Amino acid sequence: MIEVRGLTRYYGEKRAIHNVSFEVRKGEVLGLLGPNAAGKTTAMKILTCYMPPTSGNAKVSGYDVWDQPMEIKKITGYLPENPPLYNDLNVLEYLDFVAKIKGIPADQRKPAIASAVEKAALGDVQKQVIGSLSKGFKQRVGLGQALLNDPHILVLDEPTVGLDPRQIIEIRELIKRLGGDHTIILSTHILPEVEMTCGRVVIINEGEVVAEDTPENLTKRLKGSERTIVEVVGDEKAALSTIKAFSEVIKVNQEKIAKNNHLRLTIETSSDIRNDLAHALVKKGLGLYELRTEAYSLEEIFLHLTTKEEVA
Amino acid sequence: MKKTLAVFQKEIKHFFYSPIAYIVIAAFTLIAGIFFYLYLSSFVEAAMMDMYRSQQFRQAPQRFNINLQLIRPFFWNLALISLFVLPLVTMRLYSEEKKSGTVELLYTSPLSVANIVLGKFFAGIVFYLVMLIPSFLFMGLLFIYGDPEIGPVLSGYLGLILLGSAFISGGLFISSLTENQIIAAIGGFGLSLLLWVIGWASNYSGPGLASVLNYLSIINHFEDFAQGVIDSKHLIYYLLFSTFGVYLTFKSVESIKWRS
Repeated sequence: MIEVRGLTRYYGEKRAIHNVSFEVRKGEVLGLLGPNAAGKTTAMKILTCYMPPTSGNAKVSGYDVWDQPMEIKKITGYLPENPPLYNDLNVLEYLDFVAKIKGIPADQRKPAIASAVEKAALGDVQKQVIGSLSKGFKQRVGLGQALLNDPHILVLDEPTVGLDPRQIIEIRELIKRLGGDHTIILSTHILPEVEMTCGRVVIINEGEVVAEDTPENLTKRLKGSERTIVEVVGDEKAALSTIKAFSEVIKVNQEKIAKNNHLRLTIETSSDIRNDLAHALVKKGLGLYELRTEAYSLEEIFLHLTTKEEVA
Repeated sequence: MKKTLAVFQKEIKHFFYSPIAYIVIAAFTLIAGIFFYLYLSSFVEAAMMDMYRSQQFRQAPQRFNINLQLIRPFFWNLALISLFVLPLVTMRLYSEEKKSGTVELLYTSPLSVANIVLGKFFAGIVFYLVMLIPSFLFMGLLFIYGDPEIGPVLSGYLGLILLGSAFISGGLFISSLTENQIIAAIGGFGLSLLLWVIGWASNYSGPGLASVLNYLSIINHFEDFAQGVIDSKHLIYYLLFSTFGVYLTFKSVESIKWRS
């Protein structure tokens, strides 16, 4: 559905993105993840034909961003970082204007607006002047605008910024529902959002793609090994030596839990040794309070990838 | 065409939903009214004096021409007020979209640059027409209490509209260059004023340059309209000027889209 090939964009001397390539399949929800100023917005502006790349190419639904921007604009809905709203119009007037410039025929305009109002949950505020709405509602008006022409492709630049937790959940639910019928690209620097909504993630840092995979695979890829958390009470030296006796153990970190004086050990292992470890620890007479494995979170992967640290 | 109309309607809404429109129209009407009052007073006074003198010296009274002595300078003043007021109308036409980020909506919608620019230009023109409507009242008074010729009044309004469209196209162009409305207003005013006074320099230049400067001067072309003469030469000047301004806006918008 969307093919991005070697996209590079300069603003004067400043390089915004360099040689960015990725693909989005039909009905997929792709997350563009990266710190602020990583080039996510630039990539989106190119895909929505707001501006052309300096070099490279992108195809949206078979149309070329260089040659057929008009065709792309017809089938794309775009929610920019700051929702593009006219503060002196009311919600319905605004949506009516957007419907007209998107070329929705007069007889389909009313139902199209009604469905956008419903999808973005704007029913209560449709007669209100946009300037008087809260940030969350403004964001939703922006989303309603993007959904208006029932676009094949939705490009959402940080769609949940400025919303309260309940609204964030609603928007995420909406995005999930829209995926399948629509192909969606959304950018964010909020990691749980990606884990919750996206089928695939492209991580961009300093204008370059540093990783591309499903959230699960990214987590796996970072760590072929497991991480086991153990909480024990008793002879700490004995506990450490017991753990280190296992050949599967790669690294052990220890910390004291202040409130109950327990010892928490974070153990990197090459395979799951929980069962043996439990037996061994109990045999030594240690009190075993917790024993669990933990996967690396996307946060950690993200930090690893974007701070150029060596991934373990 | 439909999309141009959509942009046009949106701009008209912006004008009349914000207080600026009413302030601008009120200011224009008030200042025009003051000028009208002053011209009318001096005209009436001169006519009274003449009547008094003709009775005293038993001479035939002079013929006073209301078109020449009242309406013509009044039109000239309306043009002058337009010079000051129109930059305030055009300043936000483009700058505001750039500032608030709504250009992103316009440029990522299936709209052509022509849709956007023409929609905005004609909205400016229509706003100017609305601004001129209260001045009909002053003219109406003259028709009720006097007998001016209608021809020069109509040609005067035609001249005003043409002059206004030139100002609007220039102001729209300046507005498309910046996201700051103040800069757009000052720039638009500076450009209009420069074109207004450029003819004055012709007195101090060689004959070749003088004719060029005189031709460029935006107000020189207005004189004939105010006197009731519609000369195609002047008509073409204004139409060319407006087209050029719209064309420059078009180019500036395109360059913003493609600049890297």
